[in-house]
Amino acid sequence: MARELDYRRVMEVLGSREQFAQGDVACAYGAILGGCDFFAGYPITPATEVAETMAVLLPRLGCAVMQMEDEIASLSAVIGAAWAGSRAFTATSGPGFSLMQEGIGYACMTETPCVIINVQRSGPSTGQPTEPAQGDMLQARWGTHGDHEIIALAPASVQECVDLTRLAFNLAEEYRNPVLVMTDGEVGHMREKIVLPAEDEIELVERCPPTNKPGAYVPFRAAPGSVPEMASFGTGFHTYVTGLTHDERGLPATDDAEQHTRLVRRLVDKIRDDTERLTRVEVDSEEGAKVGIVSYGISARSAAGAVRIARAEGRKINHLRLISVYPFPERAVRDFANGLDRIIVPELNLGQICHVVREALEGEATVERVSRIGGEIIPPEEIVKALIEGGEQV
Amino acid sequence: MFNQARKIRDKYIRDEMWPSIFCTGCGIGNVLNYTLRAIDSIGLDIDRTVFCSGIGCSSRLPGYIEADGLHTTHGRAIAFATGVKVYKPELSVIVFTGDGDMAGIGGNHFIHAARRNVDMTVICINNFNYGMTGGQVSPTTPAEDLSTTTPYGNLEEPFDLCRLAIGAGAPFVARWTMGFPYETITAIESAIRTKGFGFVEILAPCPTGYGKANELRDAPANWDWYKENTITRIDLAQLSPDERSANRKIVIGTLWKEEKPEYIERWRQLVGRLQADSEPAKSS
Repeated sequence: MARELDYRRVMEVLGSREQFAQGDVACAYGAILGGCDFFAGYPITPATEVAETMAVLLPRLGCAVMQMEDEIASLSAVIGAAWAGSRAFTATSGPGFSLMQEGIGYACMTETPCVIINVQRSGPSTGQPTEPAQGDMLQARWGTHGDHEIIALAPASVQECVDLTRLAFNLAEEYRNPVLVMTDGEVGHMREKIVLPAEDEIELVERCPPTNKPGAYVPFRAAPGSVPEMASFGTGFHTYVTGLTHDERGLPATDDAEQHTRLVRRLVDKIRDDTERLTRVEVDSEEGAKVGIVSYGISARSAAGAVRIARAEGRKINHLRLISVYPFPERAVRDFANGLDRIIVPELNLGQICHVVREALEGEATVERVSRIGGEIIPPEEIVKALIEGGEQV
Repeated sequence: MFNQARKIRDKYIRDEMWPSIFCTGCGIGNVLNYTLRAIDSIGLDIDRTVFCSGIGCSSRLPGYIEADGLHTTHGRAIAFATGVKVYKPELSVIVFTGDGDMAGIGGNHFIHAARRNVDMTVICINNFNYGMTGGQVSPTTPAEDLSTTTPYGNLEEPFDLCRLAIGAGAPFVARWTMGFPYETITAIESAIRTKGFGFVEILAPCPTGYGKANELRDAPANWDWYKENTITRIDLAQLSPDERSANRKIVIGTLWKEEKPEYIERWRQLVGRLQADSEPAKSS
């Protein structure tokens, strides 16, 4: 039953293990190495290259790629394919991500494994299509209506576009939840060297198949905080899937407060309870520092530059890079901030993750932001200036 | 007839979901009956059939069938169904939808699916209004008719869903009313057998919503209305050219049938071509 990647065939299609590639293309490579076998999308700058690359590669692996009529249909087709057994994904940017909120909520409620890549651009609305931004970070968490939990990863390099997209597919299957890869127009369009994984580095985690026979299988039965077994369509289990509040059998139970509470708490807890396991951060600390930076995505590159400059000037500064953004690594951020007076959060928005950081720290350190919008990434010097003079208030 | 009904019920109905949510005089249960009879007559493998739907009264149908069912978001059933079918072409995919779900919020997915021609069957239960929310005007409500959101009369012209499907490229299009059970069953069978996008529109009463506002408060009144306001394609053809052009009745019957390339067939050919290209040339 376990799915195997035909590594030899995949590498025939992807080419050399070492390449100089664009971030969007790297996401497509990561998807294929993550076992992706269906893609549906809609053209949008700066994510279009993901769809174009999938359109070239997937048919050569015998898999289908579809350009749908809009982003809503794209995620809908992805969710349909996922129930038919696929490891499926779509890729978009801000305006399309807004349209996909409906499908993200449906995938959360129905526990459908799927991956969504958001190559963030500058908004609101059509904004600056070709310019990078990190303005969808709170939408990623709370964009769809109702209580839910989400998993989100933030690549800071082209290599991480490969690695984190691969990881996203495994997490989507394991937790039966949408997993977001929150990249941006800069990471998506820049070119860097990548090294694709060797065959023995490939591991495909799969949704847990039913352990009971048809008839005895209860599709949404799971202990609090855990993930139910999943029978794909066409395997004789007669699964009814609905976005309505449902009981363990999957049947509507819309006026039952207890069922709703049990279901939605489980959907939230299955991810929230596993925050430590899902936490991926990179910490660069030194003794005696009183100021730290918490960064993610492309702004982490600016932050790393700022750390180099500051240390060359003899200033002490620590740096935590969020690789996983949701569930938010609260404990890791609190541990990092322990002993620090100030935390600086550089972002390509007017303040989003800085609020989450402040909430996590509960006043342990003051949180300041370095905000930049308009389409240019943050010069490291701006972060150094904030280190010396203080950043903008959160 | 009764024995057959019981056989169909025992074979296909998900008992735990009974009784249904449908109001007295509603036609949606009839459509379930007609569809199950069509499936039974064809001998479709229920283990390899997926029923998809959107939101609304008609979209509740998959829940009543003991089979895989995907009750999706409002208007998007066809897009979800596309993913199911294209990923796993060996499955049969049947979509239940309504006029508001399919022609209102889901209109774009409908026309593109007809154009794309992925092999599936779409059964649209047209009851001239949004029934689940209590009888609002829909894209198929006749002009001047009343609804809770057109209390002084509908200012808009309705869609002819079948002409829309034909214009968008669907290879099989039929429309029937509640009053033609056997024709409807046959039409659903033909739609399922069609290699491509098969579309069946069924006019069905909503005495609680549309009916209450428009003096069609019970089933017989609705069935009479269908008799008076529809004409079969064959009867229409018997009329003189002048009478035909003066016809304002809704035309029912098999309205379009053609053979054309289906999406998954084309995709298979593409994959085959790419594989042939990538095979190393044979050395002599």
